[in-house]
Amino acid sequence: MPTVHFTDAEGAVRDVQGNAGDSVMETAVRNGVPGIVAECGGSLSCATCHVFVREDCLSQLPPMEDMEDEMLYGTAVDREDNSRLSCQLRLSDDIELFVTTPETQV
Amino acid sequence: MSTHAVEQSSAGAATGAATEGATPSETPARTGLLIIGASQSGVQLAVSLRALGFEEHITLLGDEDHRPYQRPALSKEFLQGTVESESLIFRSNEYWAEHNVDLVKGEYIVRIDKEADGSGVAHSSSGKQFPFKRLALTVGARARKLEIEGGDLDGVLYLRNADDALALKARVGDAQDVVVIGGGFIGLEAASSLQKMGKNVTVLEFGPRLVGRAVGEETAEYFLQAHRSRGLDIRLSTSAKRFTADGAAGDGRRAVAGVELQDGTVLPAQIVLIGIGVIPNTQLAEQLGLAVDNGIVVDRFALASDGTTVAIGDCANMPNPVPGSAPGERIRLESVNNAIEHAKVAAYSLTGRREEYAGIPWFWSNQADLKLQIAGLCNGYDQTVLRRDPERGKFSVLYYRQGQVIAADCVNAPLDFMAVKNALAKGQNVPAAAAADPATPLKTITTDS
Ligand SMILES: Cc1cc2nc3c(=O)[nH]c(=O)nc-3n(C[C@H](O)[C@H](O)[C@H](O)COP(=O)(O)OP(=O)(O)OC[C@H]3O[C@@H](n4cnc5c(N)ncnc54)[C@H](O)[C@@H]3O)c2cc1C
Ligand code: FES
Repeated sequence: MPTVHFTDAEGAVRDVQGNAGDSVMETAVRNGVPGIVAECGGSLSCATCHVFVREDCLSQLPPMEDMEDEMLYGTAVDREDNSRLSCQLRLSDDIELFVTTPETQV
Repeated sequence: MSTHAVEQSSAGAATGAATEGATPSETPARTGLLIIGASQSGVQLAVSLRALGFEEHITLLGDEDHRPYQRPALSKEFLQGTVESESLIFRSNEYWAEHNVDLVKGEYIVRIDKEADGSGVAHSSSGKQFPFKRLALTVGARARKLEIEGGDLDGVLYLRNADDALALKARVGDAQDVVVIGGGFIGLEAASSLQKMGKNVTVLEFGPRLVGRAVGEETAEYFLQAHRSRGLDIRLSTSAKRFTADGAAGDGRRAVAGVELQDGTVLPAQIVLIGIGVIPNTQLAEQLGLAVDNGIVVDRFALASDGTTVAIGDCANMPNPVPGSAPGERIRLESVNNAIEHAKVAAYSLTGRREEYAGIPWFWSNQADLKLQIAGLCNGYDQTVLRRDPERGKFSVLYYRQGQVIAADCVNAPLDFMAVKNALAKGQNVPAAAAADPATPLKTITTDS
């Protein structure tokens, strides 16, 4: 089962089991992980599902498309090299992901 | 929670004793918050209240048989079959259980008895009673019906909720020709989805341009050209006179076969999808004697005219929340962003931490490969600036009032959208003269007003 470890801006960690095929955003929202707002429900319109991905996990993720890249310039907390929009990150079977949620999304 | 129950029932017993023949035991204890309408704004209200430490019991009640879900995908990804219904569910059952929120599905509230202190009992059509100490109306809006001949034929459909979307999806397979009535967001989104699914789609718009209410001339024209070049048949200033049926009447309802226009032309249609706007659900508010005027009238703290009931989202008519808008101006917004932001205001209000709604309204609409993002509200603009980058398919319009940017419509241009949204949130400006060059990132020319 895919697992996502969410660390919030204060350092508190929450481990959430997800389903293969779901996005990291969906996994977070359904379980009420604070720090992911996801107003647009994953249609790449809001940039309120921003996460920082732990460096060693980046290579397991799908490459970034132009639209996600542009949207990342509008996040509430400035983007970093390891920034992604979590609605664009699909979980595969045995993936184990470590992400940090920003201090605020709006 | 229990202390309130005791207070309430002992007060009831006291008055009951003084009133001839009253049976206080029939009145269930009035506790907690009852949220009527389990959708975008109702869900957000419950979630925000728990985040703010609200400890009373919450009942989140809705008339639909589905767990609360997101509507936007119904005309887009869900219709096209690219997302599953499970992905549209807002929160897992475990979440509601953990947060002491009772989710009630399939109950339609028909009447509410309410006292001056804000407590009362809501009655559902199945005869159940839902007592409450505090009430929130998050009842949204319903599709406006097109009352013309043939409007009740099988295959004449609307798209407001999951059942509508399922009904539409169930027929798509057999249909070749679809006529969409209404060139607003829902109509155009559904039309492009259906076209992508291989249907022959015609859009009829009564007005002289598309999306009459929400965007300016330039954006409307951009969408018209863009959709036509992608093969959608869009007919402006055209209305349907009646829907025709197949000659052969079956046992059941007759099925729609075509749409007859005012000039007598008949367009074949096995599906007619009507998207001509919505009407706010104000029946309960009216029955309660609340002020209603194109929605339930609320103040800037989301309180209705009785001073205790909160009303939020599509059903509410509120003071225009945009900083700098004309004093006394009121507005009813139909968007996810508004449902969320308005719910936050209500959550603060209910926890005694009154805060004004000062978010920047924004909206999105995905149609074919066109991603429209709107920041701010363009009402009352006196100048527009166009940014076009035809090579990259980008297009934005910035709206100004007295030299100050107030809104932007951006198509496939998230950078422009984000720059204007951020500038509005910070009270900054994007000077018109410098904004016209599409090669200049708006972020670099933003000034402190
Ligand atoms: C097909 C579609 C596509 C959309 N696309 C977008 C988009 O791309 N972007 C965007 O920003 N917005 C979009 N919207 C608009 C957005 O979904 C709405 O603004 C939002 O859902 C409003 O939320 P609400 O909770 O105020 O009302 P609603 O979502 O209308 O919810 C009200 C709920 O209350 C229930 N109810 C009403 N009366 C009673 C009663 N008496 N008893 C019990 N239950 C009752 C209703 O059945 C409903 O479930 C779209 C809407 C639709 C229909
Ligand atoms: S959920 Fe809106 S961009 Fe990811």
